[in-house]
Amino acid sequence: MVRLFGPLVGLFFAVALLWSFGIGAYTAATDPSPPSAEALFVEHPKHVEFSFDSAFGTFDKAQLQRGFKVYQEVCSACHSLKQVAFRDLAALGYNEAEVKAIAKNWASKAQTFDPKTGDRGERPNLPADHFPAVYYAGQGVPPDLSLITKSRHGGAQYVRSLLTGYAEQVGYKNEKGQELLKMFPDAKTPDGLYFNPYFANLNLAMPAPLVSDDQVAYTDGTKATVEQMSKDVSAFLTWTAEPKLDKRKQTGWPVLGFLVFATALAYLAKRNVWADKH
Amino acid sequence: MSFPWANEYKPTSPLMRWVDQRLPLPRFVYNAVGGGYPVPRNLNYMWNFGILAGVALMLQIVTGVVLAMHYAANDKVAFDSVEHIMRDVNWGWMLRYAHANGASMFFIVVYTHIFRGFFYSSYKAPREMIWLLGVVIFLLMMATAFMGYVLPWGQMSFWGAKVITGLFSAIPLVGTPLQEWLLGGFAPDNAALNRFFSLHFLLPFVILGVIILHVWALHIPGSSNPTGVEVKQESDTVPFHPYYTAKDGFGLGLFLIAYCALVFFAPNLLGHPDNYIPANPLSTPAHIVPEWYFWPFYAILRAFTADFMFIPAKLMGVLAMFSAILVWFFLPWLDTGPVRSGHYRPLFRKFFYLLVVDVLVLGYCGGAPAAEPYVMISQIASLYYFLHFLVILPIVSSIETPQPLPFSITEAVLGKDEHAVLSPTQPAVA
Repeated sequence: MVRLFGPLVGLFFAVALLWSFGIGAYTAATDPSPPSAEALFVEHPKHVEFSFDSAFGTFDKAQLQRGFKVYQEVCSACHSLKQVAFRDLAALGYNEAEVKAIAKNWASKAQTFDPKTGDRGERPNLPADHFPAVYYAGQGVPPDLSLITKSRHGGAQYVRSLLTGYAEQVGYKNEKGQELLKMFPDAKTPDGLYFNPYFANLNLAMPAPLVSDDQVAYTDGTKATVEQMSKDVSAFLTWTAEPKLDKRKQTGWPVLGFLVFATALAYLAKRNVWADKH
Repeated sequence: MSFPWANEYKPTSPLMRWVDQRLPLPRFVYNAVGGGYPVPRNLNYMWNFGILAGVALMLQIVTGVVLAMHYAANDKVAFDSVEHIMRDVNWGWMLRYAHANGASMFFIVVYTHIFRGFFYSSYKAPREMIWLLGVVIFLLMMATAFMGYVLPWGQMSFWGAKVITGLFSAIPLVGTPLQEWLLGGFAPDNAALNRFFSLHFLLPFVILGVIILHVWALHIPGSSNPTGVEVKQESDTVPFHPYYTAKDGFGLGLFLIAYCALVFFAPNLLGHPDNYIPANPLSTPAHIVPEWYFWPFYAILRAFTADFMFIPAKLMGVLAMFSAILVWFFLPWLDTGPVRSGHYRPLFRKFFYLLVVDVLVLGYCGGAPAAEPYVMISQIASLYYFLHFLVILPIVSSIETPQPLPFSITEAVLGKDEHAVLSPTQPAVA
């Protein structure tokens, strides 16, 4: 029975697949779908080196502090960071008093609600509070940045490329020398959006946030170029997404070391046990 | 059943004698994975993967039970509770990465185990029941893994749940009511998340139960081996312990090295970035893809792009995807060649390697966007997949001339077997 019906079922699927293949091939030949503007003009993130790239790499705390300053003074106007608590900033090298001060002085306050009177109010943030919600009335929905580097292909490289990737759309050419608006006149960026070839659909509601050197006043002597600020805030957002990165790698090496040692012993034990059976 | 020369359990201490007379559990373990189980002496490292799959399941259960202590199955807080595990729970990040990558390792191990079965025709008599139970385990694993992927309630969780439960809507007449009944609503929602969590907790223990049957069925005929020649005499076997406990110990070490390298140094390598975006029913991801271990079957699902003889393309895809696994149930009766091992089946072997390449191609296409050339490639690859199992295997097993088999496992290992000289036609064991 199986050997009778099996081949029939197999041939049934085979013919159905050939039918789909034929129709697909015919459509591709007679009515080829042209490549999209996104397919031709979206750029892959540029590669820059970060201190945490390699399997041994760790966060650079000074860079994270600079990046936090960029977030505080620029990004936090529109973007929340709700998975992160002020107390977590201790990992950036701030002491307890500094963390308390950062929380207390944070521009938007913690919301309170008194269940006895029904009154709503505000109080300064405490270290135990998460970064407060951000309400944005303009166009677009600024995403929460807590996990942004883990929720985009390319991670920190992507964020850095996006921040520095804004370009003039008129006359924009890709690496092959194709000109966007000549090939796709309809792809002109609508009003209120901004052209950025690193963004998935080329047009982004966020205007370039980092536009001039020294926009953020660095206190550690680092020159606050746009490039440097973009890189620092990308590193900071890698930390917000993966705060346990250093601990993970520090744990991993001893674990692997132990396992390699134990596996070598297991191999020797196996050789010993099998010595008379080969 | 066991071979007559199997070692007998002899409790040495009065306590163990006392236990053995009342509940012979130590005897049971001794006969299952101890010195009381005679195993062919020629097993290669492909035979490590059954034990490794068992270890992977235990790792999943242990990490999963602890994660469940911190996770909240509610669509409002599920995503944040996973981030709470990653940030605030002591070693929570390690538990979660171990569990997510543990699923991948489990599938790598089980796919190797299954393809070992394909190459050595482990499904052939008298081991059909082991094979059938194995396919049941694989189906349960797929259901468990799918529901587990929904729990973090990210974008891929939500849209994956929508696509996979949407498959049931392709069934004529009852499809849409069935989908709504499965989800407990019109779209994935709190009801779906809750029941998926409940089932995701339950099914691993069902898998454990079927594994016990799988191992029980294995111990009736005993393990197969790379020659495919059945055990004939005591010199063909060694006791499981210490010989295979030692060999499995080394294999387990290699498995753990690969696993820990993934967990500690590339924990998000096999995941999809979109699942770090909270579920949003109003925003469809550009490419909805399942986890990598479903890609070959996802490619088969998407290969059917045109209606065929009044059957809608979607239904064809669903039928084909389920058939792609269900066909494994019929393998013992599709491949009827008398010789088991691919080592002695020259024609079969070529098609086996073609199948390996074919499934890898399907996997690649399943992870790629549903666009050309991937659709056409997956159509050709799916075509070969079905022809391989349903047409080529029955024909090959009928027409193939196998190469000569060794007289016994002993001869295969040592190059000679005195029983073969003394009595070439008679099995040494009556």
